[in-house]
Amino acid sequence: MKKFFTLLFLASLLLVATFISSCDKKNTEDDVELLKKEALTVYADIVLANYVDNYNTAIVLKQAVDAFVAAPSEAGFQTCKNAWLAARNPYGQSEAFRFYGGPIDDANGPEGLLNAWPMDEVFVDYVVGNDNAGIINNPVQYPNITKDLLIGLNELFSEESIFSGYHAVEFLLWGQDLSTTGPGTRPYTDYVVGAGGTAANQARRAQYLQVVADLIVENLISVRDEWSATGAYREKFLNTFEVKKSLGLIFSGLAEFSKGELSGERMFVALDLQDQEHEHSCFSDNTHNDMQMNILGVKNVYLGTYVSTSGASVSGRSLAEIAQKIDPVKANALEQALADAESKIKAIPAPFDQTILNNPTPVEAAIDALKILQEQLLEVGRAVGAEF
Amino acid sequence: MLAEVETNEQYTGGSQATTFDFGENAFGAQAKGMTAEQDGFFVTGNSFFRTNWITAPGSVQSLDGLGPLFNDISCGSCHFKDGRAQPPSGPGAPLRGLLFRLSIPGVDAQGAPLGDPIYGGQFQEKAIINVLAEGQVWVNYQEMSGLYPDGTTYSLRQPVYEFRNLNYGDFAPGWMYSPRIAQQLPGLGLLEIVPEATILSYADETDSNGDGISGKPNYVWDVENQQTTLGRFGWKANQPSLKQQTAGAFNGDIGITSTMFPQDHLTPVQVEQYPVVPNGGTPEVSDDILKKVVSYLQFLSVPARRDYDDQNILRGKYVFNDINCASCHRPQVNTGSGGAVAALQNQKIWPYTDLLLHDMGPGLADGRPDFLASGSEWRTPPLWGIGLIPVVNAHSFLLHDGRARNVEEAILWHGGEAEQSRDAFKKLSRDDREAVIRFVESL
Repeated sequence: MKKFFTLLFLASLLLVATFISSCDKKNTEDDVELLKKEALTVYADIVLANYVDNYNTAIVLKQAVDAFVAAPSEAGFQTCKNAWLAARNPYGQSEAFRFYGGPIDDANGPEGLLNAWPMDEVFVDYVVGNDNAGIINNPVQYPNITKDLLIGLNELFSEESIFSGYHAVEFLLWGQDLSTTGPGTRPYTDYVVGAGGTAANQARRAQYLQVVADLIVENLISVRDEWSATGAYREKFLNTFEVKKSLGLIFSGLAEFSKGELSGERMFVALDLQDQEHEHSCFSDNTHNDMQMNILGVKNVYLGTYVSTSGASVSGRSLAEIAQKIDPVKANALEQALADAESKIKAIPAPFDQTILNNPTPVEAAIDALKILQEQLLEVGRAVGAEF
Repeated sequence: MLAEVETNEQYTGGSQATTFDFGENAFGAQAKGMTAEQDGFFVTGNSFFRTNWITAPGSVQSLDGLGPLFNDISCGSCHFKDGRAQPPSGPGAPLRGLLFRLSIPGVDAQGAPLGDPIYGGQFQEKAIINVLAEGQVWVNYQEMSGLYPDGTTYSLRQPVYEFRNLNYGDFAPGWMYSPRIAQQLPGLGLLEIVPEATILSYADETDSNGDGISGKPNYVWDVENQQTTLGRFGWKANQPSLKQQTAGAFNGDIGITSTMFPQDHLTPVQVEQYPVVPNGGTPEVSDDILKKVVSYLQFLSVPARRDYDDQNILRGKYVFNDINCASCHRPQVNTGSGGAVAALQNQKIWPYTDLLLHDMGPGLADGRPDFLASGSEWRTPPLWGIGLIPVVNAHSFLLHDGRARNVEEAILWHGGEAEQSRDAFKKLSRDDREAVIRFVESL
C-alpha cells in the first residue's frame, strides 16, 4: 500500500512538474507574442514621430525660403541652406521605412517626387555651358511657374521627379558643384532682382524655389497621415496584417535598404563608376551625412528608439529585446554588425565625392560591413518569426 | 483527367535561376552561382537600369545624355521592378511603357523596316527642354462583346490610336505603326542561350505536319557582327541578342548613344531644326556600363511555380496541352553551353515558348512587317512569371499593346494559327476554362 501511495505521489509530482513547465513555456510564448505586438506599436510610433519631423523641418525650410525670397540677403540664403541640411537629418533616418511597399514607396508613394536622384539640372536652371537652360530661363514656353506646372510635368515623366524634391531645392541653393574641395557656390544674388543681381530671371528662380519647397511639404503630408493614430496604413500594419507579416516587412525593408540601397546603389556603384558627382547630395556635399542618418535610421528601428529634432524621444519594447529573448547569439551578432556598420560609415571622410576618387578603402570597408549587416538582419528576422 | 507533375517543373528557371520570392521583387532576383565579379556587374547594372538619365551637361556625368527625343527617362520607368508596363487608361493619359514603331513600305539593305522620313523608326512623345516632342498618342477603347457556346458572355476591348499634335508635319504616305508594350524581364539570360538548332527544330513554316500551326524563325540584322542572324527578343523576335536589344532601347527609348548605336535617332529634318543638341559623351553609355546592364538582365531569375501540384491546376495543365496551347507555348527546353555565364548553361527550363513567329490573325495584326515577320505575325511570348505581374506591377494587362485585361481575354484574342485552340478553349466547360486560366496564372 505504501508503495502504491509513493508511486502515486511521485506520479502526481511529475504531473505537477509537467504542468508547471508547460505553463511556463506557454507564458513565455505569450510574453513573446505580446512583446512583438508592443514592439510593432513602438515601430509605428517611431515612424510617425520621424515623419512628423520630416514635415516640421520642411515647414521650417519653406518659411526660410519665403523670408529669403521676400528680402534676399547672404544671411537669409545661409538660413535656407541650414534649414535644408536640418531637414535632411530626419529624412535620411526615415529612409529605413522604405523597400517594403509602405506608404512612402508603394505604387502611389511620393518617394520619387521627394527624393528622386539625380535631378535634371538642365530642366530647371542654368548650368555651366548653358546659360539659358531650364524652365526658369524659358518664360515663353513656361510663362508661369506654378505647382500645377511641376505636378503636370512630373506626371508626364514617370513620377520620378527630375524637376522637384529635396535635390531640386539643393540645386537652387548651392548650384552645381564645380569644386574639388567644397560644395557648389551659387551666389544669393541669383535671387536679387535689379541692381546687384546675377544670372537672368531672378524672380522666376525665386518662384521656382518657393514652389518646390511647397511641394516637399505637400508630399510629406499623406505619408505622415497614413501613420497617424487614425491612419489607414498604421491600422493595417498593427491590426490587419499578421504579426509575422509586419515583422517581415520591417526586416526585409531594413535588409534591402542596408545592402541593395546603401552598400550597393550608393557606395559600390559610386566606387565602380569613379564619377565624382555620383553621390546623392552632390550640390551641397552632404552625402556623408545622408549616409550617417541612413544607418541611424536602421538602428532606430532595431533598438526601438528615436530622438526627435525637438529633443523628445520615443522608445519602448524593441525588436532587439525580442531577439535577445529568442536567440541571444544571433541578437548579439546583429548588434555587433550594426555597431560595426555605423562606425565604418562614420569613418568615411567628407566630401564623399573626393573620397570615391582618391580613397576607396574606407568606402569598401563600409560596403562589406553593410553586407554583413544585411545577412544578420535576415538571420534575426527569421529567428523572431518574421515572414519574408 | 489530370496532368502528371513533371520532375522539377516548379523550378521554372532551372536549378540556378529560379527564385522563390513571390512578392513585389519577384522579377528582380539575382540568379545563384555568379562569380564575385558578376555579383558586382549585377549591382551596377541594376543601378543603371532603374536610375533616371538627365539632360547633358549634368553634374552626374555617367548619367547625362537624355534625349533629345525619348519615350522615358530610365529602363525601370517602363519595366517597373523588372516587370511589365500597362497601357494608358484612355484618351489623354500619358504613355508609360507603351511605344510605337513607325515605318513606310519597303526595307533597307539589311532587311529592316524603313522608318518614316520625318519621324524615324519610333515615335517619341517626350523631349528635353527647348526641343519639341514629336507629338502625342491618345488611345480609345471600343468594347466588343462575345459569347461562349455555353451562353456565358464576355467583352474584349479593341484599342484605337490617334496621333495628335504632330510637331514636325505629317507622316509619309503609306505609314504604318506598331504598338509595343514593355515586357517583364525574368529569364532573358536563359532564353539567350537556348541553342539555335533547338529553336529551328520547332519551325514548320509550310505546316508539313498539317496541324494548322507553322512556326517561323525571324532573321534579323546583327549590328555588332554585321550579319543576318536568328531573332529571339522583342514582340516580333526582331532582336538577335540582349546586348542589341538593350543598346537599341537605350538609343530609341531614352536617347542614349552607345558604341553600337553612336548617333542620336534624329531624322535629317529634325537635325536641320536642331543642328546642335546636348551631348552627354561619345558614347553616352560606355561599353563598360552597357555590359553591366546586359549582365544584370542576363542574371535575372524566374519565379518558381506556385501550386504546381494543385489538382485544379493539374487539370488546367492537362487541358492546356489537350487543346494544343503547348504546341507554340512549349513548356520545356534546355539551355545550351553558350554565353559567358556558367550558372545558366545546360539548364532544364520551363519558359512556355518556342521563340518562333506565328500568324495570330487579323484581330491582333499591326499590319507592319518587321524583317521576316509579317503584319500579323508575332513571336510566342514566354509565359513564365505571368501570374505574378499583378503582384509586381499591380495590373494584369497582357498582349503586345496591353489590350487584354486578364489571361482569359488574352486567350480569346488568339486568332490565325491559334484559332483552333481558342475555339477549343471556348467550347470547354466553365470549370475547365477556369482551370486553364489558373494553370497559366501558376506559371
